[in-house]
Amino acid sequence: MPDDLFLMPFLTGLGLAIMLPLLGCYLRLRDEWLAALAYSHVAAAGALLALVAGLPPAVGGAAAAGLAGAGKRVFAARLTGGASYAVLLLGGWSIAVLLAANQPMAERLGHALFDGQLYFAGAGELTLVALATPLALLILWRLSRHLLLAHVYPDFFRVRGLAAWPIQGGFDVLAALVLALATMSLGVMGAFALVFIPPWLAFRRAGSWQRGLAWALAIGLAAFVFAFAMALWLDQPFGPVLALLLIIYGLLVA
Amino acid sequence: MSALLTAKALVAGWQQPATPPLDLVVQPGEIVGLTGPNGVGKSTLLAAFAGRARVFDGQLEKQPNLRIALQTQDVPPVAGLPLCGRELLALTGASAAGLPPWLAERLDLRLDRLSGGQRHYLALWAILQAPADLVLLDEPTNNLDAAGVRHLTEHLHDRARDGCGVLVVSHDAAFVAAACDRVVVLESADA
Repeated sequence: MPDDLFLMPFLTGLGLAIMLPLLGCYLRLRDEWLAALAYSHVAAAGALLALVAGLPPAVGGAAAAGLAGAGKRVFAARLTGGASYAVLLLGGWSIAVLLAANQPMAERLGHALFDGQLYFAGAGELTLVALATPLALLILWRLSRHLLLAHVYPDFFRVRGLAAWPIQGGFDVLAALVLALATMSLGVMGAFALVFIPPWLAFRRAGSWQRGLAWALAIGLAAFVFAFAMALWLDQPFGPVLALLLIIYGLLVA
Repeated sequence: MSALLTAKALVAGWQQPATPPLDLVVQPGEIVGLTGPNGVGKSTLLAAFAGRARVFDGQLEKQPNLRIALQTQDVPPVAGLPLCGRELLALTGASAAGLPPWLAERLDLRLDRLSGGQRHYLALWAILQAPADLVLLDEPTNNLDAAGVRHLTEHLHDRARDGCGVLVVSHDAAFVAAACDRVVVLESADA
């Protein structure tokens, strides 16, 4: 990086570009990719609520998304067929937009959360991402086999006494917190693009689960680096540039 | 030697009783067939043995710390999933040793690129070969050709020789006769 001003946003995005595609593979495995969009919107609403209440937005975003993740199984049991994600998504979006429209202090943050202005990321965001990335990867690695087993052989999973918590419930909370963290820096749609498109492409081509993870990671990292340079060069918000690049690549491959 | 599983006048179901009373004992190293007409509740009983369906009446005793492996008629949802055969076996801790050659050479292929029969047998093998004291199988010969049924029969005997108990629900009379040490016929209550 020629300028330290852009080093922190670049490293923050790099950590997220490692976490999100891998997380997305497990969300796609569980047919829960819409949950990612729901968690991002809830995190945005939580961050704006926290700002209005005089609290750090990151804490509000993480708390709201974490609650949504922890309560996901309860919602999903009552609102089947993905309706719980749609309700969370619409609820989060409504609250976030209304706060941004009526609270002057929330307006700027609201735009940043929905536009995806990675270049505003500073030492606070970088520290959080640097701490979260190895922890999230370790948890995913520990949960991986059981998440796959629960999907492929749900009866075998249950008969062996493997519990929904911490395996499935723990994954829900992890996904919500990582999405909240990503939303603060990449924006709602930038985070969703990295969680959805690399796994979608990787699942079509990869010959095994391990190679699928590797493909998703490689696609996510390449798209992030390219989008970072493009957005900087063209002086455009990062989130839409990243999403557009991934969409174009996805359509070409598909 | 203590029984792996003992059912006495057992009646099972989901929301309400759905099976006639059953008396059954499965010993280690024994292959027991459970047959009967459609709808009599064979799969529900397997689900009750696995702790999924409710026991409404009678007694069900299982050996303490019994490791059960359960194969149901549900097809593993692997369409569109980049999961290869070797990874599938690793999920349940199953060994590839003893697989028929027509499957062993395809272990590194994605499951959704195998034929229906190959995928079914591999999915079945992952349960059969999982570390377990008691294996519960629900219609294991569905989608299998004659070579597959023959291999399965031989392998069940190998598994039993190692001390594993096997309980098989099947409509395939020839398979049940060849594979099972004894057969329990479940009759509907109104028969």
